[in-house]
Formats: sequence, structure tokens, C-alpha cells
Amino acid sequence: MDYFDPHIHMVSRTTDDYETLAKMGCVAVSEPAFWAGFDRGSVDGFRDYFRQLTEFEPTRAGWYGIQHYTWLCINAKEAENVSLSREVIAMIPEFLDQPGVLGIGEIGLNKNTKNESIVFQEHVELALKTDEQILIHTPHLEDKYQGTRMILDMLTSDSRLNRARVLVDHVEEHTVRHVLEAGFWAGMTLYPVSKCTPARAADIVERYGPERLLVNSAGDWGPSKPTAVPDFILEMRRRGHPESLIRQVVYDNPIRFFGQSRGFRGVPGDAS
Amino acid sequence: MTTLPTAADVLDREFLEVRAKILQVAAALDRIDRASGDVQTDPRRQQIQRGLETLLASGDGRAEAIQLGFSRPYEQDWQQAFFPAE
Repeated sequence: MDYFDPHIHMVSRTTDDYETLAKMGCVAVSEPAFWAGFDRGSVDGFRDYFRQLTEFEPTRAGWYGIQHYTWLCINAKEAENVSLSREVIAMIPEFLDQPGVLGIGEIGLNKNTKNESIVFQEHVELALKTDEQILIHTPHLEDKYQGTRMILDMLTSDSRLNRARVLVDHVEEHTVRHVLEAGFWAGMTLYPVSKCTPARAADIVERYGPERLLVNSAGDWGPSKPTAVPDFILEMRRRGHPESLIRQVVYDNPIRFFGQSRGFRGVPGDAS
Repeated sequence: MTTLPTAADVLDREFLEVRAKILQVAAALDRIDRASGDVQTDPRRQQIQRGLETLLASGDGRAEAIQLGFSRPYEQDWQQAFFPAE
């Protein structure tokens, strides 16, 4: 089955992984900007990173027929440095018209601090000013519930925001309902220890239905599995779910959500 | 036409995996008890204990309840605490 991985950090993966993804049915990926495992020291460090996301990764993906999209931001883990964050936010518009840029992300909270919430709201302000879509990171483990609720508080208090153009990622059993009921899209991240497993993601689809739900691998530099979306497809098949339902979650929904971005150019082989 | 599995089908499929996971938890708790020192008052040990008690509850909301048991509390007035002048 063709699928679209809506959240995967390919800068951390090898070219072999692109080949494996293509063989597994992946036709497109969307890659949010994230924390690279170390804090970058200057705005030029981010400028180089954004060039990698908008120039080199689409080229590498293209070698295997995969369409590459990206999102730009300074991640919450680096947001404690508010002055650097503001320099990066001011620089982002240089890249917003590059091919394949879908919006601002993944912005969010990490330890749910005041500085993180300031930088989050300034990213949202940029997205509103430039009419970009937003992709949101929610914190991990014990910080997830509190951070997700805080993020939703900030988003829902802004009447200018079109909730159908915001994806809140890394939802789990205790946060998915809040996100969907508020009218946002929700992403489930399949990860070996933290976040969600393929089986629990299938449970969430069964409980809430497929509307506005996405599933991704988040494959990054840590322990993670870039082919986790096919694991979810297999789990759904083993449970007897129809192909049309599975396809809605792993292919149609990403296209529907990303299709709202002016930077979206479709996926290879899509005739719809 | 696809047919969704019955409860018996699900149990057939999941039984050995659930058994293995319960054993893993039991062995880990044994390991903690065998080790020197005492963690009975460690908040993480208490979270685990509450999580185990949640497993014994009926209904289909156990996963969500366990997630909440391992979460920091959300306080509705956090914005006033962060930005008191606004």
C-alpha cells in the first residue's frame, strides 16, 4: 500500500533508509525542523539546517521517487534561549517560498516553561502573519498531558486561527480526545518506548474513527523505526480493517491536511 | 467484506504477549525488591503501584487512566502564573 509518512526526521537517517522506505510503499514524507541532539549556537546554524531541509533532503528523497516536504522553526528544546529563538523566527520567512515548505513546525513545548510558551506563541504569530499551516510537537512522557493542555489553551484562545490547518502531533490515549474535540488534526507517533505503538495507534483509530487522524514514524537520531507506518498498516490488516480505512489514515488524510498548504505539490503517482 | 475479530479472537492473539509482559513486570519488581535499599517511598514506585491497581479495574479506559497516572497535573490557571500582568 502506498503511504505518506507525515513526520519523519530524514536528516538523521541514511540514504539506505530512503531506499527501504520506497520499497515499503512510502511515496512522500514531511520533515519538521527539530532538535538535532545538540543546541545550535547561532542563527546561521539554523540557516544551514533550513538549507539542508529545503535543498539536500528533497534531492536525496528524489533519488528513490519519494516526494519530500518540510516545516521550519526553532524547536522547543532550544526555546529557552529566547533571543536566539527570535533571531531564527525573523529569518524563517527567507525560506517560506522554497519548494516543499508546508509551514511552521514542529513548534510546541518540551518542559512546559514560560520561555517555551513565549517562543511558541511567537511562532504562531508568524504563521498567522504569513498564512502558513502549523505542525505542533507535544512533550513526552510525564510532561505530555500538561503540555498538550497548555498548547490547546494557547491555540483555542486565538480566534484568528483556523483549527483545520493545525496538526497536533504525538498524541496518545490521554491527549487525543482533547485535540480532536477542539477541532485540530492529531498525529500518532509510533516509537519503540515512549509515545505510541502500532497496536495502540490502531486502538485509537478504532475508538475515535479515522477522521483528522494521522500516523507517523518520527524516525530520528534516537532509537526509532523509520518503517513504523507499515507496521501500523499490518496491525490494522491483522485486525480485519478494510483497506479503504487504512488508506484513509496513512495516505488520504495526510494529503487532505497538507493539501491546504500553498507549498503542497501532490505526491508521485497520485491521480486524484 | 472484512470481519472484525471477536473478543475470543483478540484473546487468542494477545494471550501469550500479555502473559510475557506481565512476567516482565513481575520480574522487574522482584529485581527491585532483591536489590539493596528501599524505594517504597519513591514516587515512581508509587506510580507503578497505582498503575497496577488501575489494570484491575473494569471498563475499557485503562490505558488512558494509566497515562494520566504517570502525568504531571494540568493547572487551568497556568497562564496567570506565567503572565500575571496580562
